[in-house]
Amino acid sequence: MAEWTKKDLIGLEYLSREEIEHILTVTDSFKEVNKRAVKKVPVLRGKTVVSLFYEPSTRTLASFELAARRLSCDVMSLPMKTSSVTKGETLVDTGRNIEAMNVDIIIVRHSMSGAPYVLSQALNASVVNAGDGWHEHPTQALLDMYTIKKKLGKIEGLKVCIIGDIAHSRVARSNIWGLTKLGAKVTLCAPKMLLPMGVEKFGVNATSNLDEAIKDADAINVLRMQFERDSTTAFPEKRKYIQDYSITSEVLAKAKKDIVVMHPGPINRGIEMSSEVADGENSVILEQVTNGVAVRMAVLYLVSNGKEKL
Amino acid sequence: MKYLIKNAKIIDPSNKLDGKFDILISGGKIAKIAEKITDKAEKTIDAEGKTALPGFVDIHVHFRQPGYEAKETILTGSRCAVKGGFTHVLMMPNTRPPIDCEKVITEVNRIIGKDSINNVYIASAITKKREGKELSDFGAYKKLGIKAISDDGDSIADEKIMELALKTAKKEDLLVISHCEDRKLSANGVMNEGFISSKLGLNGMPKSAEYKIVQRDIELAKKTGAKLHIAHVSCKESCEIIKKAKKEGVKVTAETAPHYFALTEENCQTYDTRTKMSPPLRTQKDVEFIKKSLADGTLDAIATDHAPHGFHDKYVEFDRAEFGIIGLETALSVTIMELIEKKIITWQKLVDLMSTNPAKILGITPPQIKEGADADITIIDASKEWKMFAEDVVSKSKNSPFLKKPLRGFVEYVFVGGKLKLAEGKLLRC
Repeated sequence: MAEWTKKDLIGLEYLSREEIEHILTVTDSFKEVNKRAVKKVPVLRGKTVVSLFYEPSTRTLASFELAARRLSCDVMSLPMKTSSVTKGETLVDTGRNIEAMNVDIIIVRHSMSGAPYVLSQALNASVVNAGDGWHEHPTQALLDMYTIKKKLGKIEGLKVCIIGDIAHSRVARSNIWGLTKLGAKVTLCAPKMLLPMGVEKFGVNATSNLDEAIKDADAINVLRMQFERDSTTAFPEKRKYIQDYSITSEVLAKAKKDIVVMHPGPINRGIEMSSEVADGENSVILEQVTNGVAVRMAVLYLVSNGKEKL
Repeated sequence: MKYLIKNAKIIDPSNKLDGKFDILISGGKIAKIAEKITDKAEKTIDAEGKTALPGFVDIHVHFRQPGYEAKETILTGSRCAVKGGFTHVLMMPNTRPPIDCEKVITEVNRIIGKDSINNVYIASAITKKREGKELSDFGAYKKLGIKAISDDGDSIADEKIMELALKTAKKEDLLVISHCEDRKLSANGVMNEGFISSKLGLNGMPKSAEYKIVQRDIELAKKTGAKLHIAHVSCKESCEIIKKAKKEGVKVTAETAPHYFALTEENCQTYDTRTKMSPPLRTQKDVEFIKKSLADGTLDAIATDHAPHGFHDKYVEFDRAEFGIIGLETALSVTIMELIEKKIITWQKLVDLMSTNPAKILGITPPQIKEGADADITIIDASKEWKMFAEDVVSKSKNSPFLKKPLRGFVEYVFVGGKLKLAEGKLLRC
């Protein structure tokens, strides 16, 4: 087993297969903790974790906070909209000020790609990326992969299909890096305008035909569609998108019977996915959320012992 | 004051001297060039193992004064130019206020007269306030000795106004320098558009944002007969368009900057904002094409696009950071390492690209190492290894991607108009 050496988790692109597998293995032991009556271990007692969220989040923030608390960390979250960022303080200055209070781990969510990367280089404290721009959302992809592994027993050789606005999705990017490193065959499915630029270089298949994409898929990850996005980017017509890409019972009827259906949340019911599918027997959406806490416990535990910068 | 330079290898395409020579400088001029000069001089420089080149000319620098004196001033910019071997520079007008009228030009000229240690020329704005709407008073420019105009930092979005600008510039015999960027295409972009921008989650600037305006402006130059100079060419397609236009006899010249032949979009992968500039760093294929285009004459000049920015302008999220890097102090080294050592160009060609051609484009007398010429001379040690550290940078700003990187080729002595301004790599008090 490879030793964990990194002080940060910035993205899955920057990790080796062994490192990703190590996180998933460590997750197993924390998953067990979450099932106990007393859901707390003293693994990180005395450590301080601060979450800097420059972008709103409910699920990810709650998941990270619970993970930190269940490791016995002291936790504080700073919603950045109302604090000194509006007074013109730079990202690195904010990070250094928090670090100066002897904080061990900083969890960052930011609307600009690369913000956690920049912060991780500037600080000695650990930095965990909770989602940056369209770049990466590594803990989401880790929990997606962990969920697949628990459901299907492996990842290597599986066919996993990611459906939706991949061009503007950090969840998709992290999943692409993680799944391909672990030997899954990844297919991206979206209208052309929502496939990422340079898609052929990501080491994946890409198609705009949903039936073809899910025909022999072992798992699908359905992304949230944000039709309210800014007007500068090309977007398909909503009704057309629902017609061609919404995952409904009829669509699933053409897929493998035991196909695993995932969604990173929050779901737009009736848009990217019908309620029957979201609540149906193939759906593992709530298991993903459950596993998210264990994955984040594993990540916090590992980075707290790491020293190396990227 | 008389200076005697001993045993210098001279490279000057206009003057094919081969071997080691002594150069006598007197009264601001090159008084004598001979194998052995025994005249008495107040100062003698031993240039054994070193090379004397005509002083470098950079037709694209940002000195930020007036308005952004925390980034750079004419004093610090001029000193940093001399540190890099440049005896002549052309400063761009995107200051605050912009250099767009007689009043501002007069004030900037006053500062140049007081503070500069080399020859600093002004490119004044094509349109009032650089807004791309209404032409500035070109007649007044001509009277004030302005040779070139530019709205650098922006293209003139309205084609009609650009055409009118070229027409009027033709009448006043002004050089029009065009920053080619279609903002509708580069909107919100921060790096080259492609797999890497996609992977990093950053908005891309497509090459078409550059080359479509190159194409447009060349057509307008052809139509109006004006002298057009394309600033900071970064991609293959722009080179191809320029090459074709030159073949057709259009009066167009073009420059590129050292970073466009030394770095690629791959360098953006650490979100290091010292790789963020406009136009953006492109692909390896573009780099190869830029090199080829410098060698074959499609590109006429190397200009630095020296763009100083403060620490806090750059040490932020990639999306938020200012565009541009400093370049005056590393231009020679990067050119030697990327073009001479890789056998893309000869030393004669380097002099063309960094001195003779840019001078001709601007319409000033090219520096020459010949008897009777003004003594604008840069003496270099072509093989000296060095590193630039933030504390050594002469520019007020330190935003260079070449900091702490191994460099080869070092500027040792610089004469501006016969006055020694840099000796043993150090600026002299003057």
